[in-house]
Amino acid sequence: MVHLYENNGLKIALDVNSGAIHLVDEMAYKLIPKIEELIKNDELDENQITGPTAEILELYHQKMLFTPDTYEDYINEVKDRETVVKALCLHVAHDCNLACRYCFAEKGEYGGNDNGPKLMSLDVGKRALDFLVTNSGNRHNLEVDFFGGEPLLNWEMIKELVTYGRSLEKEHYKNFRFTLTTNGILLNEEMFSFINQEISNVVLSIDGRKEVNDRMRPLHDGRGSYDLIIEKFIKLAESRNQADYYVRGTFTRENLDFTEDVKHLANLGFKQISIEPMISCESNLPKSNSLTELVNEVPGEGPAANPDFALCPEDVPAICAEYDRLAKYLLTRKEKGQPINFFHFMIDLTGGPCAAKRLSGCGAGSEYLAVTPGGDLYPCHQFVGQPEFLMGNISDGITKTALYDNFKATNVYTKPKCRDCFAKFYCSGGCAANAYKLTGDLNDCDDLACDLQRKRVECAIMLKCDGSS
Amino acid sequence: MKHIKTITPGTLTETVKKGGCGECQTSCQSACKTSCTVGNQSCEQSLIVEKK
Repeated sequence: MVHLYENNGLKIALDVNSGAIHLVDEMAYKLIPKIEELIKNDELDENQITGPTAEILELYHQKMLFTPDTYEDYINEVKDRETVVKALCLHVAHDCNLACRYCFAEKGEYGGNDNGPKLMSLDVGKRALDFLVTNSGNRHNLEVDFFGGEPLLNWEMIKELVTYGRSLEKEHYKNFRFTLTTNGILLNEEMFSFINQEISNVVLSIDGRKEVNDRMRPLHDGRGSYDLIIEKFIKLAESRNQADYYVRGTFTRENLDFTEDVKHLANLGFKQISIEPMISCESNLPKSNSLTELVNEVPGEGPAANPDFALCPEDVPAICAEYDRLAKYLLTRKEKGQPINFFHFMIDLTGGPCAAKRLSGCGAGSEYLAVTPGGDLYPCHQFVGQPEFLMGNISDGITKTALYDNFKATNVYTKPKCRDCFAKFYCSGGCAANAYKLTGDLNDCDDLACDLQRKRVECAIMLKCDGSS
Repeated sequence: MKHIKTITPGTLTETVKKGGCGECQTSCQSACKTSCTVGNQSCEQSLIVEKK
C-alpha cells in the first residue's frame, strides 16, 4: 500500500508497510498507482522501462515501495507473549480545584461512580508501586503518572511515594519514570526543585489564549484560571531548560483557530506544546459486541450527551485546514531559528517504534492500568468510574480476566477500519476508550479522531520532508 | 534518481527481527491522555544508542 498526497507544495509517497518516504515529481506521482496495479495483477513487463518507471521499480526491488503487509501472522506471535504491567496512571486525587467544561473526568468525580476516598493514601500508593514491581517481569523501566482530578491536591503523598519508589529500584533492578499532569493552580516555586529532580515529564494544562482558556477552564466560582497559572508555567518551563514538559491544551469547536493558541504559547516562550482535540462522549451506535455482553454484567448509566462545543464531523475540513496552517507556522518559526515542538506533529522516521509496538496499540487494560484513590484497577484513566470496566484492585490483582483478555487481544488487525488505513502504524489503532465511548466496540474506531489522526500524520511527514525538495 | 528523492528508506520490516523488547514508553504517559500517539515516540533501544 502506498499513500500519495500533496501538502505544502510537496508530493509525498509513503510506503505504508516499510515506512519508507519519498518526495516525487509530477510524473512519478501519476505513475506510482498505475505501477502498483500492474504489479498486483502480475502484468508488468520490466523490459524496456526507463525514466520514472525505472526509478519506481528500483525502489520496489529495494523494498521501499509496494512492500507487502507481512505483519498479520507476526502480531499473533507478539500477542501470545506474556504481558507485563509496565505503566500505572495513579489517580492520587479524585477531586479538582477547577471546573473545566470539557473534562472527561467530570471535574475529578469520574461520573460519581467511585465511592472510595477522594485522595489516595500513602499506603494505597505504596501497594500500587509494589503491584507494579511484582507484575512487571523483567521490564526495567516502569512508568507512573500522577493524575487526577488534580494531583497537587495530594502533593505531600506524591513526594513520599516517589521516595518509596526510589527505595525499590536497586533491589528489584527497576527504574521508575514518574510523570505529573497538573492544572498548576497549587503549583509553587518550592515544588520546582523536587519536580525537576524527580519527575521525568510534566504536563501543564492550559488551553492557550486567556479568553479561550478561561472560557473552558474556570474555577468553581466561575473565575478564569489563566492568571493564576501562567507565570508559574513560564518559570517551571524555564527551570527545566525548555525540555521534558508540555504545555497541553484542548481545542473545541469554539476555538477551531487553535493555531492562534499555539502561537500565543510559543510567543510566551514555551517550546514544548500540545493542543489536542476534545474527545466526544456521545454514543452513536448500539452496543452489540461480545465485550458489551461482558461489561453489561454491571449496568452503567450510559454516556452523557455531547455539549454544544464538542467537535462534529462537519468540523473536520476546518480542523484539517487549521492543521495545515499550524504546520506552516512551525516551518516559519524554524526558518527564523525559533523552532517549537508540537506534540502531535512529532514523528521519528529513523528511530521510531518497532513493528511489535506499532501493531499492539496503547496497551490499555494489559500493560497500562489506572489506579483509583481506593486502589481499584481500570483499563486506563478514561474508563475510571465506569463500573463495568472495574478490572480488580491492587490487593487481588486483575480479577476480571475476560476483560483483560479482550484488551490484550486488540490490535490493528482486529479493527476492520484500520486494514486499509495508511496511518495505522502511527496511531496503532487509536484510542480504545474513545472507540468504546463512540461505538460501544473496542475494535471499532472514532471516525472523527481517525480523520484528524490521518491529517496530523500527513503534516508530520511533510514537516520532515520540507527543505529536502 | 531524477524523479524521486528518498527521505527515509523505512525500517519497519527490519524491526520484526529484533524488536519487541517492551521497554518503550506507554503512549498515554506522554502528553496525550486522550488519543493514541505511538508513531511519534522513539524506540528505547535507539535512545540508548544515541546516549552512548
